[in-house]
Amino acid sequence: MTTLIDTPPPTVAAPKSKSAGGGLGKYILVRFLLIFPTIFILVTLVFFLMRITGDPITAAQGGRLPQEQIDALVHQAGYDRPLFIQYLEYLGQIATGNFGRTISDGRPVIEMLAKFGAATLELAINSLVVALLVGIPLGMFAAHKRDKVPDALLRFFAILCYATPVFFAGLLLKLTFSVGLGWFPVAGRASTTTELAMSRLSAPTGIYWLDALRSNDLAAFGDIVHHAVLPAIALGLLTAGVFLRLVRTNVIGTLGKDYVEAGRSRGVSEYRLVTKHAYKPALIPIITVMGLQIALLLGGAVLTETTFEWKGLGYQLAQYLTARDFVAVQGIVMLLAVIVAVTNFVVDILAALIDPRVRY
Amino acid sequence: MSTEAFTPAKKSLLDRLPVSSHIRRSVGLQRTMLLIGVVLCAVFLVAAIFAPLLAPYGYSQISDDAGTFPAQAAPGGKHPWGTTVGGYDVLSRVIWGSQTAATVIVVAVLMAIFIGVFLGLVSGYFGGWLDRILVVVADAIYAFPTLLLAIVVSIAINKGQSGFWGGILACGFAITAVFVPQYFRVIRAETIRLKAEPFVESAQVVGASSARIIGRHIFANATRTLPLIFTLNASEAILTLAGLGFLGFGIEPSSAAEWGFDLNKAMSDASSGIWWTGVFPGAAIVLTVLGLTLVGESMNDLNDPRLRGRRRAGSKRKGTEVKNQTEVSA
Repeated sequence: MTTLIDTPPPTVAAPKSKSAGGGLGKYILVRFLLIFPTIFILVTLVFFLMRITGDPITAAQGGRLPQEQIDALVHQAGYDRPLFIQYLEYLGQIATGNFGRTISDGRPVIEMLAKFGAATLELAINSLVVALLVGIPLGMFAAHKRDKVPDALLRFFAILCYATPVFFAGLLLKLTFSVGLGWFPVAGRASTTTELAMSRLSAPTGIYWLDALRSNDLAAFGDIVHHAVLPAIALGLLTAGVFLRLVRTNVIGTLGKDYVEAGRSRGVSEYRLVTKHAYKPALIPIITVMGLQIALLLGGAVLTETTFEWKGLGYQLAQYLTARDFVAVQGIVMLLAVIVAVTNFVVDILAALIDPRVRY
Repeated sequence: MSTEAFTPAKKSLLDRLPVSSHIRRSVGLQRTMLLIGVVLCAVFLVAAIFAPLLAPYGYSQISDDAGTFPAQAAPGGKHPWGTTVGGYDVLSRVIWGSQTAATVIVVAVLMAIFIGVFLGLVSGYFGGWLDRILVVVADAIYAFPTLLLAIVVSIAINKGQSGFWGGILACGFAITAVFVPQYFRVIRAETIRLKAEPFVESAQVVGASSARIIGRHIFANATRTLPLIFTLNASEAILTLAGLGFLGFGIEPSSAAEWGFDLNKAMSDASSGIWWTGVFPGAAIVLTVLGLTLVGESMNDLNDPRLRGRRRAGSKRKGTEVKNQTEVSA
């Protein structure tokens, strides 16, 4: 939408740009400091909401042990103390970098986050690649064919991408390409042998294809890519629709600019105008939206991971939530909150560097 | 033609209603998309309202006079869309599911509008520390993955799964928590803009109370975009509800039919090539969201003069008119 606003004449912008150095520094500082309340609010919210849900001991043992024994265990673990004291204790632990161990399977939270976070990161990268590969060219094409049949079809496609839940897209992909045609595996990140090979690596990044490339294991790499295709498409298409529409709107916006008109009058071909002249400035807003898409991707990852049994943060989160494992859920939410807050910060800074009007 | 356009004709009620007035104003492709959307929404609403009449069986019915329903029966005969692994009739559950979805949308969006609009008006009008705190909190929630928030809220409310109204309320609240920040932002921004308008200042000069200014002067002006947000959010509400159901944090299958839950159960069928248990509820989600989005999008485009297509003055001068239109909207 921002591109639709006319650029102010340079005479107006000039005096501002002189003081931009100090303004930008202050802007970055303020935005940086805003990260902390964001994380704090989310962590607090989740802490209290999770406490309303009950306690992990009752969730795991309810009905199996007599009530007195459960009460004793709850008391031992300290879940019957006043909420506010538990909350202060929790904040103190976070402040000292102690995230504790998960209640249901007794792993250190940091280790759990690193292991499953890498899987989710891998999925997010894969689907972002799909989204960009599909969204940008189609968006440029739609802008080029504006208000004609291909444009209408592509707009419809974009809405369809949004309207299809990832798990339904996943189901259709599975039915067609795994069960029907047998091209891709039904679920999982890799086959058992590859999983084993990956777990034996000395210093793994946890991102499988990267690890496979680093250890020159091409067979494993092929296997990993083979497994990654369907989940990446299912989650990527969701974002591809957003990119398509954004690129279309912005290319149409820049196609109307004077410099494009000047190019056209010099006889530059319409194809070249779209791909060379109009599209680069149109990509700037994508940076901003990509930041916002991170939240969407993380939310979609929970569903995609469950659909494809991709053992990442989202998949684990659903398991831990069912077990009322506060410690694990809070750890995951904390990590997600940090990712979202930091991404938004980076995006805002990028936007401010690109467009001085953003600073305030 | 031209003189008519300048005399403000008295509009009938039909003309002033959001959707029907948009249909009148639209042309060509925009009209097609809007009409497709309206038809899809109408089908959804009819299915939701008349579910007891339309559905051949109940949503949790697994047997009739002729005996127990077969499990995972292929579409055809008594069960035109087949049956699930639990013996439920797929067609019936899809129809009943529209009722669940419609109820959740109404509950969630109404709650979100009430809370969000109220907070937005108050925060935007009075400003100060309350405004700052609310903005930071709303931004924090807004940035967070909506589905995760909905899951946590839903668990907090119903501690797992529950009956029809319990489940509806839990899902409704969960979705509300997601939407309140959105309404809050929109309404707050509008309120701040309107606060500087002369008519608000004159009301202040005359001595109207803050409550009256907010309730009468600002509210009516700030909420003009609400029908649009409503349609856009209704589609998101359906997706969130389906996501909750898919992950198993929704409504129990015995107390209501829910598309997302049915899709969850269908995932394991897919590996053995049983497609009908998942494809039909999934298609129901897609078509409903598609319908709502098409209506919302078209209304958005029609409200924006830069995006609105215009009826051609004379059908013979096609070329020139199209060119003018492009210039206006670019």
